Amino acid sequence: MKTPPAQLDKTTFGFWLYLMTDCVLFASLFATFAVLRANTAGGPSGKDIFDLPFVLTETVLLLTSSFTSGMALLAARAKVHKQVFFWLSATFLLGAAFLFMEMREFTHIVSEGHGWRMSAFLSSFFTLVGTHGAHIAVGLIWMFVMMFRFSASKISANDLRRLTLFTMFWHFLDIVWIFIFTIVYMFGALS
Amino acid sequence: MLGKLTLDAFKHGPIVTVGQISMVLGALSVVGLLFYLKRWKWLWREWITTVDPKKIGVMYIVVALVMLLRSLSDAAMMRAQQAISVGSNHGFLSSDHFQQVFTAHGTMMIFFVAMGLMFGLINLIVPLQIGARDVAFPFLNATSFWLYAMGAVLLNLSLMVGEIGATGWLAYPPLSELAYSPGVGVDYWIWSIQIAGIGSLLSGVNFLVTILKLRRAGMTLMKMPMFVWSVLGSMVLVVVAFPILTATLAMLALDRSLGMHFFTANAGGNPMMYINLIWAWGHPEVYILILPAFGIFSEVVATFSKKRLFGYAYMVWAIIAIVFLSFVVWLHHFFTMGAGANVNAFFGIMTMVIAVPTGIKVFNWIFTMYRGRVQFTTPMLWFLSFVLTFTIGGVAGVLMAVPAIDFQVHNSLFLVAHFHNMIIGGVVFGYFAGLTYWFPKIFGFKLNERFGRYAFWCWSVGFLLAFIPLYILGMMGATRRLDHYDASLGWQGLFIVAGVGVMVILAGVGFQVLQLIVSIMQRDKNRDKTGDPWDGRTLEWSTASPVPVYNFATLDPVTERDVFWSQKQQKQAAKIQYEDIHIPRNTPIGFLIAVSALLFGFAVIWEIVWLNVVAVLCIIGLVMYRTLDDNTEYVLTAQEVKALETKGAKA
Repeated sequence: MKTPPAQLDKTTFGFWLYLMTDCVLFASLFATFAVLRANTAGGPSGKDIFDLPFVLTETVLLLTSSFTSGMALLAARAKVHKQVFFWLSATFLLGAAFLFMEMREFTHIVSEGHGWRMSAFLSSFFTLVGTHGAHIAVGLIWMFVMMFRFSASKISANDLRRLTLFTMFWHFLDIVWIFIFTIVYMFGALS
Repeated sequence: MLGKLTLDAFKHGPIVTVGQISMVLGALSVVGLLFYLKRWKWLWREWITTVDPKKIGVMYIVVALVMLLRSLSDAAMMRAQQAISVGSNHGFLSSDHFQQVFTAHGTMMIFFVAMGLMFGLINLIVPLQIGARDVAFPFLNATSFWLYAMGAVLLNLSLMVGEIGATGWLAYPPLSELAYSPGVGVDYWIWSIQIAGIGSLLSGVNFLVTILKLRRAGMTLMKMPMFVWSVLGSMVLVVVAFPILTATLAMLALDRSLGMHFFTANAGGNPMMYINLIWAWGHPEVYILILPAFGIFSEVVATFSKKRLFGYAYMVWAIIAIVFLSFVVWLHHFFTMGAGANVNAFFGIMTMVIAVPTGIKVFNWIFTMYRGRVQFTTPMLWFLSFVLTFTIGGVAGVLMAVPAIDFQVHNSLFLVAHFHNMIIGGVVFGYFAGLTYWFPKIFGFKLNERFGRYAFWCWSVGFLLAFIPLYILGMMGATRRLDHYDASLGWQGLFIVAGVGVMVILAGVGFQVLQLIVSIMQRDKNRDKTGDPWDGRTLEWSTASPVPVYNFATLDPVTERDVFWSQKQQKQAAKIQYEDIHIPRNTPIGFLIAVSALLFGFAVIWEIVWLNVVAVLCIIGLVMYRTLDDNTEYVLTAQEVKALETKGAKA
């Protein structure tokens, strides 16, 4: 079935509003992190556990995936079927690599004995960064389903709409990550 | 296998057992009735799988009214306890049980009664008032409703299996942390509100898009009915405030379930952070509830005064001002935190400032009545009582906005009296007015006026009897959550008066139940055949009552405010041209998602890991299934619409 423009319009606007609610959710977590970051309760501070080059690599992976997702959308708009699949696959792989690295970082910190039970700082760190990671995981599932759609049939208006919403979601997560990188990791490692 | 869940969770004292038995009997009688009348298929096809906002609205209101009855009995128990628990008499509730009842009462009234009535009325009326055929996202709307309903189920489940927290309606840490509340009560509280809250958040997005994108051609923002404006303000607040609640509850849940230290008293946790966050949501929440009530009064007063609403533009700006200001007053809930004189002064002044737009509204309603042809119908009576009680509550609120005074009455019954003045006198009276006013639009017949009047008098008198004594008691130093006090304090007389007041309110509720029964029995006498029983002004009265599934057969452009009123004055017969109408198909997916969410909540509360995994997989699968389904609408052809319309006109 063809999606009329008004439908596309309200769906995009609705999804945009949802992203803004997500933004407020992250803002609450950021505020809590800012209040609790100094409360290490005898445990390690950010300086002791953050590995900046490692996190920078993660950042580069995620930013690149944002670029490839944009390319996927451009290809879909131009109806170049094969390219959509290619760019989406690239986005998926980059996102998965990011998530894998983040999990490595988490397991590393926990295995050194600095789990989330240790201090308010670690609780808020794991929650803020983990919430972003959970969003990335949802994005990966979303991409996985869409890749099947784009490999199986031709691009319908609904598929294009889904891809548009997905790229909005993915760029949004990118922006959140930039804040995490700056406020959590850079300020944490430097102060 | 079943986590922490053991047989002990089912063992309770005699009073809870009575509650359980009545709940089981109620549920059994509903099930029995469904079997007896063979209505299971009807229930599934017409209600559970529906995506029609008109039916969803009715379901919201049914759930909210059931919860109102349960929560009122909690209130009656607390007042009875306080009336007799003096000196050597310790009443019939243990301290722990009293605190649980206290938590249940507040939680239910705000999250499940007030929010339910609000979203019910919004679902029923907003699409009609903006002249639309549906909401922006009908499926999401059904999902939101079922999340709300399952939140209510989970909260009621706490009475059957386990307990509810003894921590008050906002579960302040560190009391609500595992160290001081080791039972499952706080977990029940967290997850029932979390599930319902996510439903509210999604509804907020849905109605914001509906109002901004789906208005009838020609209805510019400044031509919208005032109820729609008030809902717009309220939904903006939902979208900005509810994510804070989601995050805060999630952090408290992480503290309790994974041993984190956000709000604990040790390991660097900061309980005041919770209290700041919860009120950054909680204060806007007050306005989320009251703004639609303001909107209802605006409609009711204009209709029954036979006049245009006085000062429309001022009303709009007052709403916008309230939306902004409601985010800069949250600290007045805890002036005693010790934030310092300057911070307290800022929030105190802001609190006084927010009273100004509210005052403007009250004056505008009174000026609307001035020189109007006022009809004193039941909705109008609720309005008049609102003006009295809301003004008393408002004055008390401005008093408490002075930090120095607030230090004296903080957490006392003075505060309890104040916010009940706002929430019963403001929100509840407003929604009662709305229910009476729009009842014929929804069901096709008017409510009985006589019993409505009786109910009104009982509620109004009972309310004053029940809460004016609390102001005095608060001044005398009585704190909230008080389950016992010393005889020498001399408080008992006033507590007895308050208890009598609650009984009068209960009589009012009895009259409301009677009103409903009598109205249904006499429905043929009070049937609304025109679709416009009150000589209304706005678009919802231009279509038939009850409203057809497509709301409006034709979508004539809107040219001015109160467009239906001016159409009636000009008596122009429009040429009707029918068209095909797309209608969303019914689907059980929203219901199933909410059931999975309920199972998820239950599994977290009792630490049943496998059920957690199953529930999450179910939710992912259901969402995937739905988003990949392209066949979600059917078409009602122009001929079918015409047949339905002409049949309606003949009958």
